[in-house]
Amino acid sequence: MEAAASSVKDGGDLRDTELRLGLPGTEAPEKPAAPSTRGSKRALQEDDDMESRANSRPLEADSGEAPAAKAQIVGWPPIRSYRRNSFPPRKVESEAEAEAEAEAAGLYVKVSMDGAPYLRKIDLKVYKGYKELREAMDNMFKCFTQGEVSRKEGCSSGSESAITYEDKDGDLMLVGDVPWEMFISSCRRLRIMKGCEVRGLRTRQYS
Amino acid sequence: MVRGFGWAAAFPDEVWEHVFSFLAADADRNAVALVCRAWHRIERRSRRRVFVGNCYAVAPAAAVRRFPEVRAAAIKGKPHFADFNLVPTDWGGGAEAWVEAMAEGWPHLEELRLKRMVVSDDCLELIARSFKNFGVLSLVSCDGFSTAGLAAIAANCRSSPVHTSVGLEVAILVSVASEGVNELSLVYLLLSSADIPYLRNLRELDLHENEVEDNCLNWISHFPESFTSLVSLNIACLEGDVNTSVLECLISRCPNLKTLRLNHAMPLEKLVSLLQRAPQLVDVGTSKFSADHHPELFSKLESTFAGFKHLKSLSGIWEAGPTYLPAIYSVCESLTSLNLCYATIQSPELLKFVSRCKNLQRLWVMDLIEDNGLIAVAASCKLLQELRVFPSDPYGVAPPISLTEHGLVAISAGCLMLHSVLYFCRQMTNAALLTIANNRPNLTCFRLCIIEPHTPDYISQEPLDAGFSAIVESCKDLRRLSLSGLLTDRVFKSIGASANRLEMLSVAFAGDSDAGLHYILSGCKNLRKLEIRDCPFGDKALLDNASKLETMRSLWMSSCSVTLGACRQLALKMPRLNVEVIDERRGRPLESWPDDFPVEKLYIYRTVAGPRSDTPPCVWTV
Repeated sequence: MEAAASSVKDGGDLRDTELRLGLPGTEAPEKPAAPSTRGSKRALQEDDDMESRANSRPLEADSGEAPAAKAQIVGWPPIRSYRRNSFPPRKVESEAEAEAEAEAAGLYVKVSMDGAPYLRKIDLKVYKGYKELREAMDNMFKCFTQGEVSRKEGCSSGSESAITYEDKDGDLMLVGDVPWEMFISSCRRLRIMKGCEVRGLRTRQYS
Repeated sequence: MVRGFGWAAAFPDEVWEHVFSFLAADADRNAVALVCRAWHRIERRSRRRVFVGNCYAVAPAAAVRRFPEVRAAAIKGKPHFADFNLVPTDWGGGAEAWVEAMAEGWPHLEELRLKRMVVSDDCLELIARSFKNFGVLSLVSCDGFSTAGLAAIAANCRSSPVHTSVGLEVAILVSVASEGVNELSLVYLLLSSADIPYLRNLRELDLHENEVEDNCLNWISHFPESFTSLVSLNIACLEGDVNTSVLECLISRCPNLKTLRLNHAMPLEKLVSLLQRAPQLVDVGTSKFSADHHPELFSKLESTFAGFKHLKSLSGIWEAGPTYLPAIYSVCESLTSLNLCYATIQSPELLKFVSRCKNLQRLWVMDLIEDNGLIAVAASCKLLQELRVFPSDPYGVAPPISLTEHGLVAISAGCLMLHSVLYFCRQMTNAALLTIANNRPNLTCFRLCIIEPHTPDYISQEPLDAGFSAIVESCKDLRRLSLSGLLTDRVFKSIGASANRLEMLSVAFAGDSDAGLHYILSGCKNLRKLEIRDCPFGDKALLDNASKLETMRSLWMSSCSVTLGACRQLALKMPRLNVEVIDERRGRPLESWPDDFPVEKLYIYRTVAGPRSDTPPCVWTV
């Protein structure tokens, strides 16, 4: 982390402050954005994600898979969005591929920390459990905090911050209560809370 | 020798009205209206059908005022490229202004057809309340409404026991004849002067490829028990389940039902029991056509379809597997229209099915039919007029299938009446296009989409200029053309010179320079709609041909080389054009951008209504 500190001081190398997909210190491959216009409101969330993954996947050319990678062009080929969404792609091949893509693509959620000037994004699928998640978040936000982030499930006594998340229903939940798989499927964004709000949470948890 | 047009007054207006009633085409009626004031007056009062190709070309109130006796209206909103997500969703095309004006000025409206418009539930409710004798509602490629809006339409449907008001009077006369004259005249008075609010006869509800929000599951049950006049129901675009038993009741009590197109969600067994109640159907759109094999279901399906003595048109067949398709072989012979464009059946089964359809005039199918299938179609379906082949794998994710230019060539050779083609494929040659052009000079619509942009002739590696030139030179009646593949300015020279009947041209990833656009705009006398994307066409051609744009309905250009300065000049020069610059980045307002600012998307259309007042933040009328 000295490297990080010095690079911030230098002001020259801004790579550590660069918003990238992945942890600082890793060289994650650049993933191109999915085509911007997804006009159809009828697409289910999953279909949309699958399509955008299908769209972005071909550009990772080093996977070495045929057919040759091509960038997706908005609105091309000229087929109705109705047809594109409602028609299931040729099942046998595409299902397996879609699943593989779903595996490969990752589950990125935003991570905010109270008081930090910008947010980060992490891939929840990379971690095997809560411990790894906390360690990763420690590293990510170390440059912003002097003190410790809580280590265990629940809050440790000395710390003044807690990791919370927003679930599918929009509720703010404390990280660590539910099994990891359930957490991954319902977590929409993460938030590291600090200060008095945390005390309030802790009180609720132990009451 | 006739002095002026005084002879027009020699006949009473009704005579001219009767004469004009034989003129169906708008162009003819427009011509008639220009002859003299008397004819103008008579024509406008007698016009019953109005078609508005661009909802912003004229103010709704003006249209309603000019033609006060309209019974059928058709209105189109968004530009065609909205179908491919190129137009921002909030661009416009809202139907309220029109529906409000029509509710006010055309209370006797019977038919309303909207395409690519944003129709809200409030609009639907207004339609439901406002037109006493409403018969036909058709919404194509629209959005903005939900099944709650449909419930409002359904709820307001009534059917009179006899279908004409005269009939109604007769019925009452007969029944009260014995009661005496006073009673009779009282009843007659009541009937003729009464404002019967919901006396309507909805015959046709056509929902084609709309985006409908599903928030009212039982909307079909809002059709009252007394409603029996349905002739055509198309709900294929609805996502949600429809209550089958309610639908069954509806179908059973509508003896005139001829068209029934269901949606994907209904299971096959329910579909069968539904269709059994309506053996008189002429046009059927099935739901999901796959299920586990049950011999009983198979034979029920078979007997149901065997019962269709008048079936001409078949569609739906979503996700069809080979299992159940043979059950409906019995209808193949009588079919004139077959839409299998959602059926994922592979070639052998598809071939078996389609080659039995000897009387087919229209075939829409997936490219899973492959060249072999099309060769079989060419041999069996000698009456084929329209062919559309859709891509099963538009993004090239799955292994490629064997559909090439050979299939289209075979069709062009075997089907002498073929005049309309939409064909998605991955390869083409100039030779094939030349052959097609020579085989089928009667083509009126030729839309070829080679999926990969800039694809040359795969044998010679040449651009496809020669091929498309052959098409426009040979097919003198060509009205619609879509280009694709590698194309230089040369093809546009041919099009400009030869495509005299061309009304709509779609261009993508083609051309070398402004000359291309100039050829088109300076030729193509009958061009109405031009849509261009990703071509190196810029300011000069546009400005040099400014006056041409007023002879056209609209021009769309996106990802070309037009600058804001040219748009400003154009707008200044042509006050009866709306020059809309669309930019979704939403930075500073238009006024602050310099002249050399590149325009991302441009939509220009002629209008007598001036700039529109409902532009969203991403659209500026220059």
